[in-house]
Amino acid sequence: MRLYDVEIASRLLLGTAQYPSPDVLADAVRASGTGLVTVSLRRESAGQRAGQSFWSLIQDLGVRVLPNTAGCHSAREAVTTAQMAREVFGTDWIKLEVIGEQDTLAPDVFGLVEAARILSEDGFRVFPYTTEDLVAAERLLRAGCRVLMPWGAPIGSGRGLNNPFGLRAMRAHFPGVPLVVDAGIGLPSHAAAAMELGYDAVLLNSAVSQSGDPVAMAAAFRLAVEAGHAARLADPMEPRDMASPSTPVLGQAVL
Amino acid sequence: MQIVVNGEPRDVAATTLAAMLDELGYGGARLATALDGDFVPAGRRDAARLAEGCAVEILAPRQGG
Repeated sequence: MRLYDVEIASRLLLGTAQYPSPDVLADAVRASGTGLVTVSLRRESAGQRAGQSFWSLIQDLGVRVLPNTAGCHSAREAVTTAQMAREVFGTDWIKLEVIGEQDTLAPDVFGLVEAARILSEDGFRVFPYTTEDLVAAERLLRAGCRVLMPWGAPIGSGRGLNNPFGLRAMRAHFPGVPLVVDAGIGLPSHAAAAMELGYDAVLLNSAVSQSGDPVAMAAAFRLAVEAGHAARLADPMEPRDMASPSTPVLGQAVL
Repeated sequence: MQIVVNGEPRDVAATTLAAMLDELGYGGARLATALDGDFVPAGRRDAARLAEGCAVEILAPRQGG
C-alpha cells in the first residue's frame, strides 16, 4: 500500500493511546504488524518528562509515526498543532482532526478543508479525519489531500461501520484515492468488513487498547485486515434475496 | 515577570523563550513551543521575547489515536 508515495507494509494502522502499560503497547504494536502508528502532542512537565520516555519507546519500535491534531476545534488550533508536531516528530505527515461537535466528536468539515488547504500549501502530507460525505471529500482533495480517512462510527464508540452504504459510495466515487476507515471500529469483523468494501486500510486504537488482552486483539485485527483485503481481491459473490441450491439438483434421487 | 506556562502562572527571570526553557528545567528535551498561540520553531526561541502575562505552551510526544 502506498500513502503519499511511501510504501506501508501493513494495512492496519494503530493508535498508541490508553494501553494498560508501555510494555503492553509495545507488544501490541509488534503483534499487529503495523508499520504506522498515531501519536499526539501534549503539555510537558519539566519534572516528569513523560513525553521523552514515550518518544524513546516509539523509536525503539521502529515504526513510522502519524502525529494527530486530536482535540483541536478550529482550523487555527489544528494548523499550529501540526506545525509543532512537524518539528517534534520530524515528519510532514499529519492526521488532521478538527472536531466540530463534542458528543459525537464529528469532524468540522468546514474547518477541516480550511486547515487542509493551509497545511498542504505549507508542504504537509495531510490525512484528514472526515465523514463519508462526498462533497467534503471532493473539497479535501481539491485542498491538496491525497488520502481520505472517513469515520466508521464516532471515535471510541466501537460501533463498527455506521453507514456502509455511504462508505461503499465513497469507494466507488474515488477509485484511485487511498481510503482509510478511521474511528469507530470495535471488532475485527468491522475491520474485515471495511476491507471487503475495498478500503485500503483501517486505523483503530480503542478496539485494541481497551480490550481485555490488547496483544491478542492486535493479532486478531492483523488477521482480520489481511482476510478482508484478500477477500476483496478475490471478488466476492453478489448477494441475492432468494435461496439458490449449491448441491446439484440434477441427479437427485426420487424417493 | 509573571507569565503563563502550560496553563499555570509562573514567575520567571528569563526574557526570551529559550532562556525560560533552561530556567524551568526543560534543557535538552524533545519539545515544541508556542507563544500566545503561535508556533515558535526551535531556531527562533532565542529571538522570541517574553512579555508580562504572555502564554507559553510547551508540548512533547504523547500517546495518540
